[in-house]
Amino acid sequence: MGKEIEQVFQRKFDKVNSIVDKHERKVSNLIAILQEIQTEYRYLPEEVLTYVATALGIPPATVYGVATFYTQFSMKPKGKYIIKVCDGTACHVRHSEKLRYLVREKLGLDDGKDTTDDLRFTLETVSCIGACGLAPVVTVNDDEVYGQMTPEALAIVLDQLISEEHLDGSIEEKGEKTDGFPAENEQAHESDDGKGRQRC
Amino acid sequence: MVCAGTGCLANGSLKVYEKLRELVSEKGLLIDLDMTQDACGEAHSGESTAYGIGIAKSGCHGFCQMGPLVRIEPQGILYVSVKPEDVEEIVEETLIKGRIVTHLLYHDSSQGTAVKTEDSIPFYKRQYRVVLANCGRINPEDIREAIAMGGYYAIAKVLDEMTPDQVIELVNASGLRGRGGAGFPTGRKWGFAQGAKSCRKYVICNGDEGDPGAFMDRSVMEGDPHKIIEGLMIAAYAVGADEGFIYVRAEYPVAVTRLKKAIKEAREYGLLGRNILGSDFSFDITVKEGAGAFVCGEETALISSIEGRRGMPNPRPPYPAAKGLFGKPTIINNVETLANLPSIVLKGDSWFKSHGTETSPGTKTFALAGQVVNTGLVEVPMGFPLRDLVFEVGGGTRTGRRFKAVQIGGPSGGCLAEDQLGVALDYESLRKVGAMVGSGGIVVMDEDTCMVEVARFFMQFAQNESCGKCVPCREGTKQMLALLTKITNGEGTKEDLELLEELALAVKDGALCGLGKTAPNPVLTTLKYFRSEYEAHVFEKRCPAGVCQALKSYSIDPDKCRGCTVCQQACPVGAISGERKRPHSIDAAKCIKCNTCVEKCRFGAIIKE
Repeated sequence: MGKEIEQVFQRKFDKVNSIVDKHERKVSNLIAILQEIQTEYRYLPEEVLTYVATALGIPPATVYGVATFYTQFSMKPKGKYIIKVCDGTACHVRHSEKLRYLVREKLGLDDGKDTTDDLRFTLETVSCIGACGLAPVVTVNDDEVYGQMTPEALAIVLDQLISEEHLDGSIEEKGEKTDGFPAENEQAHESDDGKGRQRC
Repeated sequence: MVCAGTGCLANGSLKVYEKLRELVSEKGLLIDLDMTQDACGEAHSGESTAYGIGIAKSGCHGFCQMGPLVRIEPQGILYVSVKPEDVEEIVEETLIKGRIVTHLLYHDSSQGTAVKTEDSIPFYKRQYRVVLANCGRINPEDIREAIAMGGYYAIAKVLDEMTPDQVIELVNASGLRGRGGAGFPTGRKWGFAQGAKSCRKYVICNGDEGDPGAFMDRSVMEGDPHKIIEGLMIAAYAVGADEGFIYVRAEYPVAVTRLKKAIKEAREYGLLGRNILGSDFSFDITVKEGAGAFVCGEETALISSIEGRRGMPNPRPPYPAAKGLFGKPTIINNVETLANLPSIVLKGDSWFKSHGTETSPGTKTFALAGQVVNTGLVEVPMGFPLRDLVFEVGGGTRTGRRFKAVQIGGPSGGCLAEDQLGVALDYESLRKVGAMVGSGGIVVMDEDTCMVEVARFFMQFAQNESCGKCVPCREGTKQMLALLTKITNGEGTKEDLELLEELALAVKDGALCGLGKTAPNPVLTTLKYFRSEYEAHVFEKRCPAGVCQALKSYSIDPDKCRGCTVCQQACPVGAISGERKRPHSIDAAKCIKCNTCVEKCRFGAIIKE
């Protein structure tokens, strides 16, 4: 088991290395480097941040400082589907809070918790995605944008996502999108209860 | 041309685009749009089928409410809310037979007529489009279309005929002021940077449009990226920079893709790189993505962010024009400011000054959103009356509710009541009433909006986004938020109101950067124009708009209730009881004030206080 984890780590840092190299190991590209790493792993694992700091020759505190300053970065694993409910002024006055309640209720997220335990869904509130003409707006993984949403319409969207997940929601399927992350994910589960593979 | 701005994409415009391509190519009429075919159709007015039909994606038309929009040239027909099912009819009727599909036209409800072309729709009628001129009319992913519409002519003229001094002189003479909010004269800013001695200088385009409620920069970046590139080139030439950056916020993925593509194309055409158009001027641009921090819209914070650091502002002076990016003189201009430059170069300063007011010349793009009939982008001359913008262009409030307030300039701006609607939209007039142009977001609010809650909303935003560097902003926003939350919870006292006002003024004076200094504006303006609402919350423990959860109570009017049981079934917590065909009642202890019963009741029997 230990060897496997080592390999997983090796694979992870290979990827990080290539990202850092692509940005010429320049400190001014730190934000772009972190963005690419986050796209790869869906979050910023702490050991990767330390690794980046060493690679760029800057203190880990600097990297950590940047990673915690910008809202885009997350130090906790995010779900496969990131549901963003816009709460810009226009969306706010068109009652976006109802949409937020609905997502929390549907996904069983309590206050203070933004990602479901099975790492399938993450709820985020964004301050404006610039589609104010269509307020209120909800996006799923940034590529699906739903405008002029009502709780009823959003419920249909969510139900569809949830049922899709039940149909083909196996670990292998998740593996198609990113190669580093599922390993990370399994590992987290294994350390949790030792049988993470069966959980979903 | 099918609109492919973020708004229309959300409404499914890609499906319409694909369906159009599919049907037209089935008929064997599809051609690849090429400039030799005159894709824009401006020049010829003949039957389009004679030449074949080209189908392209365009940038944002600005009329997002009615999307997806499909524009048919050369007739200039604008179809609104087009669904994939409608495509067949468009192909059969309009494209082949040249007839108009009436039910897809925009219907002017005040006149009761269908409107054929964009220019005759009330939303567009009073607009004057300079910055947005090409948005929705060209394919932003094809540099040839931008060039055909006059793109890069201005930089050619600048490189060919003008010295950097002459460019600055021209911009000074035009009176162009920064469109990012503060309204600093652009030419003067450039003069400082030009005068600074340094081996390297930088120019930056600020596309970090963080103000919630504003989306004009996004539309220009998505709809006409070449105009921004050209504007940045003119700025670079004037101040003597050879490297530029476009900083785009992370929330605008489409803008990032289109800008990168546009820059690549410009390089291929020799419009970026070494010795541009055979001159001595060399220049290249890099797109930098933000990572979600509102404060990065402030120029010194933006510089920190491009350098890869935490985006925190620095005290000025030194101004970026003297010591900016990597310690070198740097000019930062807003997207819209840069997009104005090509027209100023080509048409001259007196043309520019002929629009707008004396101190605020030119046009300004406003993003109209909220509880208003027509939402979207509006470009009007500076000094345009706010009332006309809301009621004529915007078509008044949605759902027929009474107009209550309009919020201008995002979290840095203010809320204006009906009495202030007479204000002209320019830098000075707005500052006088306590608001500001800001980036130009205008959010209309109706009587269902609680102004105290709105102030709390903005303070929550300011507090979240406060970078934490200076005490007045870091602590001040936190305390103001606590006070506002207390008031909306019905626990506020008279002292809280006084303290809130005092704090707001202290933060306004004491904060380090523009964002902190303007963060109290929503509080100050609502206190000024909607004081009675605050007082109702504090003294009467009542929310006049019925928004604040803690102050709401629901009951059923026994005279109106028919006992249909709909509310009883809809109530998620079982707080409503009653027999069929008898008036129901609400158990206040169980009620969670979710408003569901109000929405479900068909007889208006639920009383909300």
